[in-house]
Amino acid sequence: MDRQVFKGIKIVEFAWLAAGPFIIKYFADHGATVIKVESSTRLDTLRQAPPFQENRPGINRSGWFAKYNPNKYGISLNLNHPKARPIVEKLVRWADIVIESFTPGVIKRWNLGYEEIVQIKPDIIMLSTSAQGQTGPRAQQPSYGAQLTSLAGFVHLTNWPDRDPATVYGAYTDYIVPYFGAAALIAALDYRCRTGKGQYIDVSQYECAVHFLAPLILDYGVNQKVHHRMGNRSPDATPHGVYRCLGEDSWCAIAVCTDEEWKAFCRVLSNPDWTKDQKFQTFPGRKENEDELDQFIEEWTEKFSAEEVMRWMQEAGVPAGVVRNNEGVYGDPQLNARKHFLKLEHPEMGLHTVESLPFKLSKTPSEIKQAAPCLGQDNYHVYTEILGLSDEEFIQLSEEGVLN
Amino acid sequence: MNDHPKKSSTHIENKRDSPLAPYLALDLTDEKGILCGKILTDLGGEVIKVERPGGDPSRGIGPFYQDIPHPEKSLYWFAFNTGKKSITLDIEKRDGKAIFLKLVKKADFVIESFSPGFMERLGLGYSTLSRINPRLIMVSISPFGQEGPYKDYKGPDLVVWALGGMLYICGDADRAPVRISFPQSYAHGGAAGAAAALIALYHRKNTGEGQHVDVSAQQCMEWTTAEIVQIWEMNRLKVGRTGQFRVRPTTGARLREIWPCKDGFICFRVMGGQVGAGFMKALVEWMDHEGMCNDYLRERKWEELDLGKVTQEEYNLAEEPIGRFFLPHTKAELLEEAVKRRIQLLPVNTNEDIFNDPHLSIRNFWKELEHPELGTTILYPGPFAKFSEASCGPWRRAPLIGEHNEEVYRGEIGLSQSELILLKQNNII
Repeated sequence: MDRQVFKGIKIVEFAWLAAGPFIIKYFADHGATVIKVESSTRLDTLRQAPPFQENRPGINRSGWFAKYNPNKYGISLNLNHPKARPIVEKLVRWADIVIESFTPGVIKRWNLGYEEIVQIKPDIIMLSTSAQGQTGPRAQQPSYGAQLTSLAGFVHLTNWPDRDPATVYGAYTDYIVPYFGAAALIAALDYRCRTGKGQYIDVSQYECAVHFLAPLILDYGVNQKVHHRMGNRSPDATPHGVYRCLGEDSWCAIAVCTDEEWKAFCRVLSNPDWTKDQKFQTFPGRKENEDELDQFIEEWTEKFSAEEVMRWMQEAGVPAGVVRNNEGVYGDPQLNARKHFLKLEHPEMGLHTVESLPFKLSKTPSEIKQAAPCLGQDNYHVYTEILGLSDEEFIQLSEEGVLN
Repeated sequence: MNDHPKKSSTHIENKRDSPLAPYLALDLTDEKGILCGKILTDLGGEVIKVERPGGDPSRGIGPFYQDIPHPEKSLYWFAFNTGKKSITLDIEKRDGKAIFLKLVKKADFVIESFSPGFMERLGLGYSTLSRINPRLIMVSISPFGQEGPYKDYKGPDLVVWALGGMLYICGDADRAPVRISFPQSYAHGGAAGAAAALIALYHRKNTGEGQHVDVSAQQCMEWTTAEIVQIWEMNRLKVGRTGQFRVRPTTGARLREIWPCKDGFICFRVMGGQVGAGFMKALVEWMDHEGMCNDYLRERKWEELDLGKVTQEEYNLAEEPIGRFFLPHTKAELLEEAVKRRIQLLPVNTNEDIFNDPHLSIRNFWKELEHPELGTTILYPGPFAKFSEASCGPWRRAPLIGEHNEEVYRGEIGLSQSELILLKQNNII
């Protein structure tokens, strides 16, 4: 039996950067046939983003682009060319799903809005993922995940109370959207199976992200309470922090959530005298004297490696974790036992590393068979085998610059 | 298609046209997986939260309505359980288990976030449940996954941040790494669980078979770290904490992302190339209009600015006057003009700013849900997506403890009133 869930599902991707292509990764890694459409004048910008293999820039050498686009056919097509239209229509007719992630309004310039493509394929499912949605006063304001992470409230909540807010590394909200986008698309496929109807889905990165802070939004609405950054403190646990360990910029996170864990924590430290101090015997007492508590703890953790601290704590039932840097994450025993990192062979990059989806399905695990495509890599296969152009037509269109 | 979804008699009116309307999920999760079922209900699925007698422990998580800690007043609980029903059931007791198995027969999904192995020890692991209902999709959400050397490690949010690699790269270089001051890793785990559950549902549609889905919050958090693993693997460069800047690992140049303004901060990136040139020119025009531009900015060929190569000195020539320009303006002023001029600039919002954002109200994002017990209504974040052919929740406020016991136990599995009383007396429900 074929174990690929989405075998036979056909997707056309007019998407770039992280969020849109990542949504489609859920399908590509579970067997869907995905055609990623780019043009040499309008690349997926991530192709130009470092890191590059061997530090040599090139549009087929970005490790960042390589993450989101395995298992996809890559074609180039100049949408601005008048002869591109019939080809686009063939693509849409072929597809079950069309995804686009341009700034709202852009896709309509190519007559590829939902209203147009539904005329070509009445049961098409189309998803637009954008910064702030397709409607509203800021719909057409362009922005990336970095700015949206500020807009959606995360940056204000990141750093110490006496410091200005710090960036959340990268493009945090780009990694929230894919769950919602993929769920919405699969639900729409299921709905189409039952009703025969396709539909249009408008996903706003901002709105998806707000769900990850929902209780705080309610807290303002109900109690008019404004939340601020508080370092690593938690209202529900103490000690709850990141402590310096032996070695350069080496840290271990420790989060004591119950009285039982507090007792175990003290045992790991061999019950030094300060742990017997009356003020540390209750949760409110520890909370009240948290600065002092953190200081005592760091005096202890500094003598050991972060690995040792984590192991001793966890063996005693105390939550703790080494603060992994990028090298450490890559070597993390748990992630590796889960086969989170995979090596793929690529025509220009050679062997390089990508990640697998963050879950395992027992009977239909995700599979990555093919590295991300070079620009236009699959033109011949897609245009002739899948879309049915003759060799002559293919050559002519190529020469006329339609397939650039 | 040989799918025969489980029908339920108790759907509410406006959910009927939703994508997942025919499906039933039993939600055993605590905070580690709570968002999974919420997403399934938003999509129209019927989700029954199975709470231990007395109520789910995540009802103890704040903030609280009017700041009063109480299991029926947790805003955390409210936010992540909209649309769900609630029954109380002690699945660790023999009679409770038997009732649970009756429900499993009717269910499409079971979602759980106990420590790996706990369900097996109760005799309720996937191998048992799938014998009773081979079409069942069981979703297990845990900090590190069901297998591997850390599977039994405890993983509250901060620990998952640490081992997932996101913690090390957030905060200022001269202090310890920091997380976002509100738990995130479980929201990732729960949301990934919903997407994965639906992949399994699609497989079942084609084959009739259910399966076990194993979600790792650590893997989810690793995905949030963008390209740092590739930076190590391809270039053997480390990525550190850079506060309000981002730093190009190749050049070491510190490029400002967070800029102070009159009443807070905004996020903006000086950029080059085709994309950057458009809005950098717009910014320069705006600065000129307010008499705060200089010749360097006016004459700079922004298309040619390559952030991969720019030196700190050269970059600072732009940063310094731009920073001075932002400073006397409020977040709202800067945003308003940035929208008009299509500049990639957004404010560093607080939860208050988001609540009051006119863009969201104009998009009808907020959903007002009634809380009759509190004599009030509360505004909730609305549909995570707008569907042209279907509705998306939230549908109604989160359930009270055991609110649907009568409906589910009598209606769905046909227990008698006296059986119900007996179960209550024995503390099963």
